[in-house]
Amino acid sequence: MSAAYWRRAMNIAPSKVATRTLVAPSPVAQTAPDAYAHSDAPRWLKSLWTRLSARHVLVALFVLLYPFIATPFFTYQVGAQALGLGLIALSLTFLGGYGGMVSLAQATVAGLAGYLVAIFGSSSMATISLGWPWWLAVPFAVAIATVFATLVGWLSVRTEGIYTIMITLAIGVAFFYLTQQNYTLFNGFQGFNQVFAPTVLELNFREPVPFYFLALACALAGYFFVKMLVRAPFGVALQGIRDNPRRMHALGYHVNAHRVAAYAVAGLMAAVGGVLMVWYNSRISPGTANVGAMIGILIIAVLGGMKHPIGAFIGAITYVLLQNFAIDAIPGFRERFNLVIGGVFLAIVLFSPDGLLGIWSKLRLHLMKGQSPTSNQRRLQ
Amino acid sequence: MNGRVRRTRAHWAAWLLFGLPILALAIWAIVDNDRLFFTTFLNSLTLASLYFLVASGFTLVFGLMRNVNLAHGSLYLVGAYVGWVVGDYTDSWLLAVAAGFITAALIGLLMQVVVFRHMQGQDLRQTLVTIGLSIMLADVMLWIFGGEIYTFEPPKWIYGSTVLPIVAKFPTYRISVFVMALAIGLALWWFLARTRVGMMIRAGVDDRGMLAASGVNVQLVFAVTFAIGAGLAGFAGVVGGSALSISPGEDTRYLLASLVVVIVGGMGSVGGAAIGALLIGAAEQFGLAYAPTYSVVFTFVIMVLALAFRPRGLMGKAA
Repeated sequence: MSAAYWRRAMNIAPSKVATRTLVAPSPVAQTAPDAYAHSDAPRWLKSLWTRLSARHVLVALFVLLYPFIATPFFTYQVGAQALGLGLIALSLTFLGGYGGMVSLAQATVAGLAGYLVAIFGSSSMATISLGWPWWLAVPFAVAIATVFATLVGWLSVRTEGIYTIMITLAIGVAFFYLTQQNYTLFNGFQGFNQVFAPTVLELNFREPVPFYFLALACALAGYFFVKMLVRAPFGVALQGIRDNPRRMHALGYHVNAHRVAAYAVAGLMAAVGGVLMVWYNSRISPGTANVGAMIGILIIAVLGGMKHPIGAFIGAITYVLLQNFAIDAIPGFRERFNLVIGGVFLAIVLFSPDGLLGIWSKLRLHLMKGQSPTSNQRRLQ
Repeated sequence: MNGRVRRTRAHWAAWLLFGLPILALAIWAIVDNDRLFFTTFLNSLTLASLYFLVASGFTLVFGLMRNVNLAHGSLYLVGAYVGWVVGDYTDSWLLAVAAGFITAALIGLLMQVVVFRHMQGQDLRQTLVTIGLSIMLADVMLWIFGGEIYTFEPPKWIYGSTVLPIVAKFPTYRISVFVMALAIGLALWWFLARTRVGMMIRAGVDDRGMLAASGVNVQLVFAVTFAIGAGLAGFAGVVGGSALSISPGEDTRYLLASLVVVIVGGMGSVGGAAIGALLIGAAEQFGLAYAPTYSVVFTFVIMVLALAFRPRGLMGKAA
């Protein structure tokens, strides 16, 4: 994952887009313009139709039907948790994969948003909590957490590369110790209990299925937001800055402004994820923002792979499943989750720097050995 | 010439801006309660000594190899636990210190030879590996030693307390920690400034490529540096474990301390580590004494100020 690695990753991103729109080998794409030229459907609907393929439909059907076929445990503990964690990890994927800045403070931003929801909204600590309604508490919490993320970005863009990880780690750990020491605002070691998701229009978001759909909506919004943003001029400039900041500076781009803006965007996503996670746990304590949590988000992002936004969610599902089931599979390892996840993380970093997505693309290449690989696949090698 | 004058003026302005309020606060604190002030001052020296011991290894490794070893806190804890086991078995505190140093140095050597040698120049990947290692090491130690708090018994001649003016009694051990850190610091300076290997290390910090081109076995220099850096962390583990105590979670504390010390002091500079350690130690202890629930904020503010005005740290050079 050196500079050369990011440069290689950069070469792939735009060409993928280009081949898909230019060649578009799927039959749907070829018939679509003819079949719909006469209809007056809006343009976005047509372009959506041309881009859609079978796997997209399958994944969409699966995530929509999942809560109705799964038990409440799977819907809530596995599904909703993975979506919430995935959204926080997605913010890191955006920063790290497209901005080249690996920030460990994303869990801190999420933790701050969660704390603010508890402080502004209602919890068991009536002396601290202000008891605002959710529609006032949540926007304020998200906004303040985003401002905090922007400040973190402003601080860490003053230095470059590997220093980022150190500075964001230091900020995150300092925040953790602050929440643990401070009783007037963060209620110290105890944190806040009974921070419940609200009931909106007869829909109780504390129930597994509504909460799952809330998390799904946020996660999908984040996913498509990132996909759109990395093709927008801002995203393309950001990827340029990742690969060669000096050249982008010479071209007249304000390098640091783009970087700080990327922190702000990532902070927004992490803050929304943080609100979801505090509702999921219905409590918050310093443990939510400790080093374990910060590294957990990094593990999720690296595990899935930082080359594509979907990696964050694949990583989150793997992480949650490992947390819940792999531990039981090995007798005596019930308490040793950190050892297992640390080992998995180490193996991924050592042997497949592109994460599970990298393994998948290698595997696909291997299976299609008979056919000659396309230029795009050849680049992936 | 003109620019230079302006720069010195800005320098003085910065000193006045931050120095005057601190001086005023210090005078107020001395007048208000001189004993509390000087006890806190001595405590901050002890803590700064510990931080220096841990951070000097961290900064040395970073300066030479650009390797952010986030498992440095774990090496501290490994040294402390191994030292405790040896001390418990042999009843010798000095043997415990030696065992802590040697174990951590061996682990560091192993990390460099087995893993990092094969991913030269891949900063981010190396850092991720150290994160994975620190998670696993922390969990293995929790497995073996459980969550209990362990304490050392330092030898009699540095145990007990010394009578000093103003503060009356102060633990002798804490004074000896400061003396030890001073000795280690001087030894490190002598090693870096006067010996051949030290010269190679300094040359490597400035320009790795040139050092390799002039026929030096860079891998050997790297391995020696990593062993010394890791060993210092293990050494600090036993010394710090004797001054305070050992428990899970201490690895994070000392990792944060080394990170902040090195960010403030400048990466790759042992002198910077000393200055950073003094600043952070003072901030933490005075914060604890005068504003208990916000003490970590002072540490943080120092880091922010350093980054805002000297992004490369107080003693840092351009990378």
